Amino acid sequence: MSVLSVADLHVDLGGRPVLRDVRMSVEVGQLVGLLGPNGAGKTTLLRCVLGLVRAKVGTISVGGTATVGYVPQRHEFTWDFPISVEQAVLSGRTGRIGLLRRPGVADWRAVGEALERVRLADLRRRPVGELSGGQRQRVLVARALALRPEVLLLDEPYAGLDMPTQELLGDLFATLARERAVLMATHDLAAAVHDCDRLILLNRTVIADGPPGELRDRRVWMETFEVGERSHLFTALGLSAESAAAGEPETVGA
Amino acid sequence: MSPADFVADLFNPDLAFLGKALLIAVMSATVCGVVGCYVVLRGMAFIGDAVAHAVFPGLAVAFVVSGNLVLGGTVAGVLTAVLVAVFAQQRRLKEDSVIGVFFVAAFALGIVVISRAPGYAGSLQQFLFGSITGIPDEDVYVVGGTGLVILLAILLLHKEFVAVSLDRESARAMGLAVFRLDLVLYVLVTLAVVISVRTIGNVLVLALLVTPAATARLLTDRLAVMMVLAPAIGGLGALVGLYVSWSWDLPVGGTIVLVLTAAFLAAWLAAPRHGLLARYVF
Repeated sequence: MSVLSVADLHVDLGGRPVLRDVRMSVEVGQLVGLLGPNGAGKTTLLRCVLGLVRAKVGTISVGGTATVGYVPQRHEFTWDFPISVEQAVLSGRTGRIGLLRRPGVADWRAVGEALERVRLADLRRRPVGELSGGQRQRVLVARALALRPEVLLLDEPYAGLDMPTQELLGDLFATLARERAVLMATHDLAAAVHDCDRLILLNRTVIADGPPGELRDRRVWMETFEVGERSHLFTALGLSAESAAAGEPETVGA
Repeated sequence: MSPADFVADLFNPDLAFLGKALLIAVMSATVCGVVGCYVVLRGMAFIGDAVAHAVFPGLAVAFVVSGNLVLGGTVAGVLTAVLVAVFAQQRRLKEDSVIGVFFVAAFALGIVVISRAPGYAGSLQQFLFGSITGIPDEDVYVVGGTGLVILLAILLLHKEFVAVSLDRESARAMGLAVFRLDLVLYVLVTLAVVISVRTIGNVLVLALLVTPAATARLLTDRLAVMMVLAPAIGGLGALVGLYVSWSWDLPVGGTIVLVLTAAFLAAWLAAPRHGLLARYVF
């Protein structure tokens, strides 16, 4: 059952249409990759789900009393702030704790659990400024997990990280997706194909939606990313000209 | 002059103004130290400078009409902060340009207004560079009361201020009223400036906001420690500064700022782990 669904979504930013007729849904137990070029509207879609951008038309429904957790791009966070890992994670519960109240036992327990999930419990007292890129990404994930969300939104979690770190994070996201819905906007096609249960190709609207293994038609990738047939994107995806030619003879030599 | 002579002067009934000035300087520097932590951590120093200058026309108007200085300064400071926030929505201009336009305009307005007051040169100098004489008794209570209100507001809103400083977008997603929290912070900065202007002067007040907090930041990686250290450094700097200025007959605002600057340089040299000495000598 889908815990996040978007229907007929149209969004304008500064009078310019950014998203039109977007329909998609994400279910608990799925890690869904949101792929598209710069300006395709990936971040806008995430911000819309968070309620930070107003839709012109359309509905976004988050199932029942489900909470949405948000992991922004790493550069959005002030890493030179003199704060420890556990305090940074606790800050994710600020809205939940409420005005004029102090964090209680339940809040610290949620922080502890979140740190265990991302395996940062050992570094809980370390200043965030002393962490590596991968550790910082995990702090942001833990901060979102501190709300125990049913839906987790990740914005470019792999950006600027090396391969081993990406692999660790990919495993973490797959584990997290077992108990919740995870929607990840990313430019890292190879990682998305490898890690995700499903991919949504977005360019202003949803161009294709399905498991990575079923998105073998080169045309949907060309349409989404506005690239030609000889793009090295297909090498990254393992969609070489020959393998596509077998299924789509009419595109060859067009 | 020895510290003992200074203490004797403090309790000399003929020099009653000295005790009042010391009390006000130490209280306002302490409050500025706390507020300054946010100013330094959020990179708001320029906004702090703008608000500091922007309170001037309010003070000038209050002075000319013999009104309440704290009220006048606060109104002018908040008005400028709101104008900056509104005009910064215009995307062609960056916020620092808008601040640059408005704070100088506010300051210019203050100069024009105060020129209408009798004995203008003397009062202008008092406003710009501070003074320890002629402080009415009730100012001690106004400064103390306002300082307590500022500290109470920070105690209550600290976790929200931190969440917004860490990441505005996520703070918004959490449902925090980011714009309103910013406005409250500007008001707190304005109030801290207003209560400090009297002794330290309008031009120099920025140092009370920035220097103690920056010094504390050099000394620690923990926010809680920083927010205790900064007011301690500020308060102590005001005490030492006033003592030095009284002993050697130096202008009080300038002396306090120079004492604080010396503390900053000392921290930069000798801070544990990150100081110049720790990095290159040991």
